[in-house]
Amino acid sequence: MKKFLSNFRFKKLVESKIFFPLIALAIILLFDLIVIPGFFKLEMKQGHLYGSFIDVLRNSVPIMILAIGMTLVIATGGIDISVGATMAIASSVACILINPTIIGLKLSQDISSLVGNSTYSFTPLWLVILVPLIVASLCGLWNGVLVTYGKIQPMVATLILMIAGRGIAQLITNAIKIIIFNDTYAYIGNGWIILPFSLYIAAFIFAIAWLITRKTSIGLFIEAVGANSRSSFFAGINAKRVKLFTYVFCGFCAGVAALVVSSSIRTSDANQIGLYMELDAILAVIIGGTSMDGGRFSLLASMIGALVIQATSTSTLALGVPASAIIAVKALVVVIVIILYSQQVQGFLRKIFGTNKQKEVKE
Amino acid sequence: MSESTKSIIVMKDIVKSFPGVHALQGVDFSLNKGEIHALVGENGAGKSTLVKVLTGVEHPDSGTISLDGVEVSIKSPLHAQSLGINPVYQEVNLCPNLTISENILIGRQPMKWGRIDWNTMNAQAKKAMLGLDIDIDVTKVLGSCSVAIQQMTAIARALVISSAKVLILDEPTSSLTQHETAQLFGVMRKLKNEGMGIIFITHFLDQVYDISDQITVLRNGKLVGTYKTASLPKLELITKMIGRTITEFDDMTKLKSDSGHMIKSEPLIELEGIGHSGSIEPFDLQLHSGEVVGLAGLLGSGRTEIAELLFGITKPDSGTMTMDGKVVKNFTPIDSIERAIALCPEDRKKEGIVADLTIRENIILAMQASLGWFKYLRLQEQYTIADKYIKLLNISTPSPDQLVKNLSGGNQQKVILARWLATNPRLLILDEPTRGIDIGAKAEIQKLVLSLAEEGMSCVFISSELEEVLRTSHRIVILRDHKKVTELSGDVTEQQIMKSIAGSE
Repeated sequence: MKKFLSNFRFKKLVESKIFFPLIALAIILLFDLIVIPGFFKLEMKQGHLYGSFIDVLRNSVPIMILAIGMTLVIATGGIDISVGATMAIASSVACILINPTIIGLKLSQDISSLVGNSTYSFTPLWLVILVPLIVASLCGLWNGVLVTYGKIQPMVATLILMIAGRGIAQLITNAIKIIIFNDTYAYIGNGWIILPFSLYIAAFIFAIAWLITRKTSIGLFIEAVGANSRSSFFAGINAKRVKLFTYVFCGFCAGVAALVVSSSIRTSDANQIGLYMELDAILAVIIGGTSMDGGRFSLLASMIGALVIQATSTSTLALGVPASAIIAVKALVVVIVIILYSQQVQGFLRKIFGTNKQKEVKE
Repeated sequence: MSESTKSIIVMKDIVKSFPGVHALQGVDFSLNKGEIHALVGENGAGKSTLVKVLTGVEHPDSGTISLDGVEVSIKSPLHAQSLGINPVYQEVNLCPNLTISENILIGRQPMKWGRIDWNTMNAQAKKAMLGLDIDIDVTKVLGSCSVAIQQMTAIARALVISSAKVLILDEPTSSLTQHETAQLFGVMRKLKNEGMGIIFITHFLDQVYDISDQITVLRNGKLVGTYKTASLPKLELITKMIGRTITEFDDMTKLKSDSGHMIKSEPLIELEGIGHSGSIEPFDLQLHSGEVVGLAGLLGSGRTEIAELLFGITKPDSGTMTMDGKVVKNFTPIDSIERAIALCPEDRKKEGIVADLTIRENIILAMQASLGWFKYLRLQEQYTIADKYIKLLNISTPSPDQLVKNLSGGNQQKVILARWLATNPRLLILDEPTRGIDIGAKAEIQKLVLSLAEEGMSCVFISSELEEVLRTSHRIVILRDHKKVTELSGDVTEQQIMKSIAGSE
């Protein structure tokens, strides 16, 4: 009886969306366990949990947050390749709000007195958080309007902001790297409450997204529009509004990721922040098993996908591969994942595990 | 003996099954040299499957195909082309962004010094078009030409590619104007006189009589017969196409007359001069609560177009629509759902179901769409609704969480029906609700429609099966060639309807 029960649960897991991402993660972690000594070793230092695995978790936070928004966009059949550029804009806005002296605004204080002042912020901190999030959401709105009302291909529509975004960010900061000394702001990306503070942010955004998609009808509409937009139109769903929402939310997520990254490196670097991160986010969604054609999505699977990517980067670095070559290793992972997800291999694997999802029900 | 020497293609006893469907059940077909052979039948009759078998897209389960007296097995569309069998589908295989000559010669461009020899290419294309009596600048981009010219380009391409013996035209005239159709027919006659065999598939019966020499009628995957066009009256042809199914629906008549008392005299919806150019000419129509109005006519006569106008899929160019005495205009499906109008569309797979979602999600979809984003039905309510309709409509499934794509066609149709019944509509438009459904499920749906009417719902019932329309409808609107011809009510016979459809007195 007990065996039957566990067997039943196992079958359910095999059929669920997170099964293959979990396998991918398990393989990478197993690899790390063998190659990197003490990979899973955890240490408590001054009430903070440290360890290589915790580092992987912490470093994957921006990708995780981006992947949440990206999952919804991809589920409608779209794509947003501008999230990296949106991050650059949002982090520039945040930094300029904290420290606008650098671009020559007239201030009563002397600039030199601000250097190293860990409490100085020109704008109240709640505005420093809020305004970049609004700006990032507006970036998403721009993308969404181009896609839905402009009827431009999502890839092309978001390409515009991807290219223009970093230029806009440079304009905002006058092409200067703004250094932040404010410790409260830096806490977003650097703080710890046993675990890294940014992990709680990722969990919070995940919870919001989960509530929105599973406790309102938006999740159902996103899947319906992505799976068959014509049928959805006949059923009375306003596809434009649904798509617009996903792009705005994706922009919002990019804003949150921008806060995490810029506060953790204490600077706004319009050239580097979020660079290639849209690719990581898209990759995380693909590893999570959401089809690029749209339809069914799983936020949790995308989270696991983000972990897989970060674990890959970390382990390649640990192996002594130069950082600039990591992209090549990632490409290898993508190839493996795509092969793993092909219908033939999936059918084969599911047969091994004794379940067959493609059962047909006949009259 | 002379018959067999004249034949280009002889197909014998072709059988083709798809999972759950017997698409072709032992069909014979033969095409002679210098003949235009019309292939007719309602949707699902097996016309397109037969063409697919002939062009190598599908492989028959059994049966033989001979070409010029030699038995062949057609492996692929490319193989069919090399044998001289050329299908011309509407708008398929052409690139609207290329020029006419590129379209005709793509893949076999004349080369010179490793580059395309444009002069020779254009000359060859020009010659090919002149062969069809079309004098046109072949360097024009195809997309800027009329649909008729695009059609001719496709034909020219088919003729250039190989020494075509057989040309298959699948609904070539459905988007052509009268003048363009005449132009196409000219080309067809010319090719026929040159000895080519042409298979012509259309739902315009007038055109069948205009141009074809022989007619082969298919119905439900079976061959009804092959006839000389000259010796087959139109009325008889329609009888053969539609056929009769012997069924036991005696209690339906009673149900129908019972429900007839419920019809309100005040119209629920009134259409005046509503029309949409190219799809349906302006017409008047009144729909009453408690009444089932049947739309009868052949495929493409404008039945679906009326349904789409009513629901807001297409917007009328002219006329007014009133509901409850108030004029409504510029509306979309969302507005219609809010006014309690529901449409079960004709194309179940493309416009009805969302295949990757579960039965439960499909059933609550329209209801949820009208509730909006934030009034999300609790899961428990969703299951209650889904279970209710699974039971009511007899949907056979192990669980409401089954993906709809795993259901049979009949059950998919019931899921769509459930989706709309869940919204509690005042007007229910059913476009071919029983197509591809077994006879038992058909009777269930028909009875359901009548009992819904008895409860005060207004229904529009569209079907290719006249018997079914007769059985369920209190009033029947006849359509022919995108026009409302007449309305029949009272004791109507199938004969009367057929006469109206055929347009003969």
